[in-house]
Amino acid sequence: MHELGIARNIVAIVGDAAQGRRVRRVTLDVGELSGVMTEAILFCFAAAAEGTVLQGARLEIRQIEGRARCDDCGADFVTDTLFTPCGCGSRRCRRLQGEELNIKSMELETEIA
Amino acid sequence: MCGHCGCGDKSGATILNLQTGKEAAMGGHSHDHDGAHAEGASHGRDHGHQHQNGHSHAHAHAVSHSHGPAHHHDHFHEHVHADGTRHRHDHSHDDAHHDHSHGHPAATADGVVELETRILAKNDALAAKNRSWFSGREILALNLVSSPGSGKTTLLERTIGDLKAELKLYVIEGDQATANDGERIRAAGAPAVQVNTGTGCHLEADMVARGLAELKPAVGSLVMIENVGNLVCPAMFDLGERAKVVILSVTEGEDKPLKYPHMFRAAEIMILNKIDLLPYVDFDVSRALANAREVNPDIRVFQVSARSGAGLEDWYRWLRGEISKCHEAAFA
Repeated sequence: MHELGIARNIVAIVGDAAQGRRVRRVTLDVGELSGVMTEAILFCFAAAAEGTVLQGARLEIRQIEGRARCDDCGADFVTDTLFTPCGCGSRRCRRLQGEELNIKSMELETEIA
Repeated sequence: MCGHCGCGDKSGATILNLQTGKEAAMGGHSHDHDGAHAEGASHGRDHGHQHQNGHSHAHAHAVSHSHGPAHHHDHFHEHVHADGTRHRHDHSHDDAHHDHSHGHPAATADGVVELETRILAKNDALAAKNRSWFSGREILALNLVSSPGSGKTTLLERTIGDLKAELKLYVIEGDQATANDGERIRAAGAPAVQVNTGTGCHLEADMVARGLAELKPAVGSLVMIENVGNLVCPAMFDLGERAKVVILSVTEGEDKPLKYPHMFRAAEIMILNKIDLLPYVDFDVSRALANAREVNPDIRVFQVSARSGAGLEDWYRWLRGEISKCHEAAFA
């Protein structure tokens, strides 16, 4: 649901950093537990980029799997929900990764447009 | 920074001061944020901040940084550390690019520029400013979230009526349209501003800052921010509150915590409302509580009826305790 807005934020932040230069590629880290669908961001990105220096830019999304550590037994495990319990039964787990929503980098067009 | 959730930008958002009747558009400058950092994000910033001049140096930072995402990021971290309030976001991407923020970002030969920015960095930075503003004034700020119709406004009306003799309470009301809720709050006896988000389906930190500018809450007071009725998007947007309070009513499903885990995990308190209706509905309280704890083992639950008043004393006791902590923290 919030993916169009996310796409607009990406275009705004990258467009700001590009300072008028054309952007060829943008790389994101999106955690699988971030509550954001990558397909939907990809779908919205093209529309959000239209008429900006990001128009036609490729969006590459690196998905980051959810990992958590159990506070009780110390185990690290892969989790695909925000609330999967540890194998030992404990629900007291802290997420180590998987909630990222970050812009990693942009690639600018190197030749002068 | 408009419309993160695809529900439109802020061009239609307005703020109504119910004390003075003054209405202002959120649009204008601040709505330029969205597409327009290139044209000068600092305009929007200025705008959002003029009212908070002098309250915290955080604002001074804000106005000056319009160059790059890395910069925002930098500030965000500073503020969080400075005020020491709890913030659950994980900033594992702590960047090493603070020094990039002037002039053109450095690009490698193949044109790649590292950005390392949280996509919601701007909202987070503004929320951190709100948070330090609150903490400097010993204000307890709570962000009330729920589905539409769970009884947020009724809970507020009742809370205002019961506590107005002992504390100063202010309300920022968020709705897509109408000032109905703001009027109800004012009639209950608390100063209120109504933020209409237009097509937006959640409040953002800059809207709260504008609301505070109108409300001017007193030192030591309680500020309740009633978010737009929605269990999805408000979970992602920090407003600078001390805690999110999620309201679930017994006329909804017991599985709402499982259906909307982000929100129930982001909340510190769950208020189970309308318990006076339990004899008439098929709502299994113990299952609802188990579901909430499955998503958030630490969530604290108050079972209340805002209509009958049942259970509210526990909620009030918690509020008093948190207000005392705000006072103590100011001198810690």
